[in-house]
Amino acid sequence: MATVSMTVNGKKVSGTVEPRTLLVQFLRENLGLTGTHVGCDTSQCGACVVKVNGDGVKSCTLLALQAEGADIMTIEGLAKGDVLHPMQEAFREHHGLQCGFCTPGMVMSAVDLVKHNAHPSEQQIREWLEGNICRCTGYHNIVKAIKAGAEAMGKTA
Amino acid sequence: MYNFNYQKAKSLAEASGAIGKSEDVKLLAGGMTLIPTLKQRLAKPSDLIDLGGLPELKGIKSEGDAIVIGAMTRHIDVAESAEVKKAIPALAQLAHLIGDPAVRNRGTIGGSISNNDPAADYPAAVVALNATVITNQRKIPGEQFFTGMFETALKPGEIVTAVSFPVCDKANYQKFRNPASRYAIVGVFVAKTKDGVRVAVTGAGPAVFRQKDMEAALAKNFSADALKDVKQAASGLNADIHASAEYRAHLVGVMARRAVQAAV
Repeated sequence: MATVSMTVNGKKVSGTVEPRTLLVQFLRENLGLTGTHVGCDTSQCGACVVKVNGDGVKSCTLLALQAEGADIMTIEGLAKGDVLHPMQEAFREHHGLQCGFCTPGMVMSAVDLVKHNAHPSEQQIREWLEGNICRCTGYHNIVKAIKAGAEAMGKTA
Repeated sequence: MYNFNYQKAKSLAEASGAIGKSEDVKLLAGGMTLIPTLKQRLAKPSDLIDLGGLPELKGIKSEGDAIVIGAMTRHIDVAESAEVKKAIPALAQLAHLIGDPAVRNRGTIGGSISNNDPAADYPAAVVALNATVITNQRKIPGEQFFTGMFETALKPGEIVTAVSFPVCDKANYQKFRNPASRYAIVGVFVAKTKDGVRVAVTGAGPAVFRQKDMEAALAKNFSADALKDVKQAASGLNADIHASAEYRAHLVGVMARRAVQAAV
């Protein structure tokens, strides 16, 4: 067993983990932040995407110990109190989800995309989502939501 | 996963000593291959040595007429590097095709070549560009580095620290991606280097190989037309549920012609 410390959604946290504890397990089970989901557990679906030091990362493919000292943001950290993040608002407005299981990962990946490309085209959005799988929507509304979310993020920047 | 001991290496010497002592001690780079492998219980190391805390292994720099990329440099950093895009755009393009954005935020070039997955992309670039693999012990010519499926020339205790890519006249990489995993069913890197034309093929065989018939044809005439009648033999190529050896042989020709047409 080992102690691990990191900052999650602006708060310093620490916990006791085994070396084989995944970051997603630490977030969900030790910290109770269950917004991050385990979909495939084989690094394909992206339901587990969180931000580690500003970058979108598949938390099912990282050991908690690898995140020692890191700055983590999960889906729970996007909203400011009751005010949704522009990307979350865009998913709501454009019906970018059905069951919602892939959605936290989609939103976190989308926020990462806008960091790299403030005005992504539809093609660029679809390519960026290669690591995020949705079983429900067929992706159309997700892409529309991300396009709108990117514009909204640009306005509030 | 089976449990293991974990430690973040405080120095390259410490890491080298640890893996040199036992084959059950493994290096952890980005973890994009190793962690999934452990989750499937396909490996049972006793210890993981994390290289993530060694800043000297990261970075991209120009050294004369070569671009030197640190072993722990992430795929996204190579893909977005202004220096790489200017000097060897095909290399940035290749890095951009690896995995997906979240994987590119963690995966590293050192991890990729040290693992030598038959469908990995970087080995094709290393061989086609005649790159040099720099380790903590010596410099290994790229062509001698990849010795078999998941096998490299690395000795016990030896760790890749950087890869040096000579700048070339023109190059391009074309990859026929498995639609689910996005690994290369066949990937062909074509380069017009200062020592002649080189064509390296990944995904098709047990490890990266040079297509010398195509190199000879392109040396006479660097155009897709020149490859029209050059056939890749199917014997010895990988065959699995994704593609037969014959289909892979066909794809080698298609990807090579596309790469020549797109070479800049």
